[in-house]
Amino acid sequence: MKETDILIIGAGPCGLFTVFEAGLLKLKCHLLDSLPQAGGQLSEIYPKKPIYDIPGYPSVLAQELVDKLMEQIEPFKPEFTLGERAEAIEQMEDKRYKVTTSRGSVIVASVIAIAGGLGSFEPRKPPISNIADFEDKGVEYIIKDPELYRDKRVVIAGGGDSALDWTIFLADVASEITLVHRRQSFRGALDSVEKVMELHESGKIKLATDAQVVGLNGKERLNEVVIKHKTEGEIVKSTDHFVPLFGLSPKLGPIADWGLNVDKNAIEVNTLDYSTNVPGIYAVGDINTYPGKLKLILCGFHEGTMMVQSAFKYIYPDKKLSFKYTTVTGVSGFEG
Amino acid sequence: MINITIIDRKGQAHETEAPTDMNLNMMELAKALELPVEGTCGGMALCASCHCYVESENQLPEMSDDEEDMLDQAFFVEDNSRLSCQLHLADELDGLVVRLAPVGE
Repeated sequence: MKETDILIIGAGPCGLFTVFEAGLLKLKCHLLDSLPQAGGQLSEIYPKKPIYDIPGYPSVLAQELVDKLMEQIEPFKPEFTLGERAEAIEQMEDKRYKVTTSRGSVIVASVIAIAGGLGSFEPRKPPISNIADFEDKGVEYIIKDPELYRDKRVVIAGGGDSALDWTIFLADVASEITLVHRRQSFRGALDSVEKVMELHESGKIKLATDAQVVGLNGKERLNEVVIKHKTEGEIVKSTDHFVPLFGLSPKLGPIADWGLNVDKNAIEVNTLDYSTNVPGIYAVGDINTYPGKLKLILCGFHEGTMMVQSAFKYIYPDKKLSFKYTTVTGVSGFEG
Repeated sequence: MINITIIDRKGQAHETEAPTDMNLNMMELAKALELPVEGTCGGMALCASCHCYVESENQLPEMSDDEEDMLDQAFFVEDNSRLSCQLHLADELDGLVVRLAPVGE
């Protein structure tokens, strides 16, 4: 179990900068994110795209901004729990919140700041009507344990790096691998593409290009996929597993059930301090909504700054907070 | 102004007039009409959440590699698939008819 002053859910730019502003008030932060790295959308969706509206930076690459924010908050020694999603929340007797993650980690915090952006990134699920019936019964969206596929027949769908990499890896594990992709070329790393072509030519894997999986059949478990070829029509193929690898998309997820007022996938806040309807829970950045809301990084920075002032008063109702400029006082970080 | 028709996932057609001088794209237009288009990445051809089918014969801007790559992450991609964020509203798009593609969970 970890303990902290503020648990920030979401390690995107807004969550990261909130650590800095909290640190100035001597509040310690723990960041939780479902992605395996900090940076949120900036690192996950557009790391190499320039951003032009960060004050003082005429242009900055998204990943560069994340790196700079990490450097800026380093003195405040934030702790990270990455690759885990916030699942359940419970208020304890001492009024602090206990958040449990998808992997069972427990973080106890006086204040929760939801800086979840678009939500937590989860695998994209193909819109095949009965796909949910086969989840964990032959359909997996993430490969957790490659041994599951030993000596099994596997159909992988997708054209990006993860589809290619797993096809290559499982070629030696599974009894039969079929890679289904909607067009003839692949967008993955060049050597992965070449390797897949080699495996195909040597007969180690099957390749179905210009094709998509459009149906699933089976009783207790999956035992057939329907593959639709662009010109040759549909074929039914026997298989033990179907692994669609179509990247990640953000979902609000379990936070939607935390009793917060939600409007169109965004959390309603009071613009005085970005507090939600639940005392001690705040929402900042793209995940919140209020009249006039703009989803800008720069606005998220402001929201985080205002929020920690309120969080301080919530945690220490009797303490006085005197406002200081960093130019005057400098930045004194935390020990280890 | 140009005429645009967007057919939603229930098959209902939404006809609208759209300005060509506001630097809008089809994803933004669909959102402005409160149609269920995510446009998660904000229009950078980086998320595939604004996938649509073009059902009219308009001359369209050519597809970039980014758009082609991103369509690999969309589902039920057809020959007439496009990312609506890459269709900028211009005179050539007058009379355009697009149908929103199905979305996963």
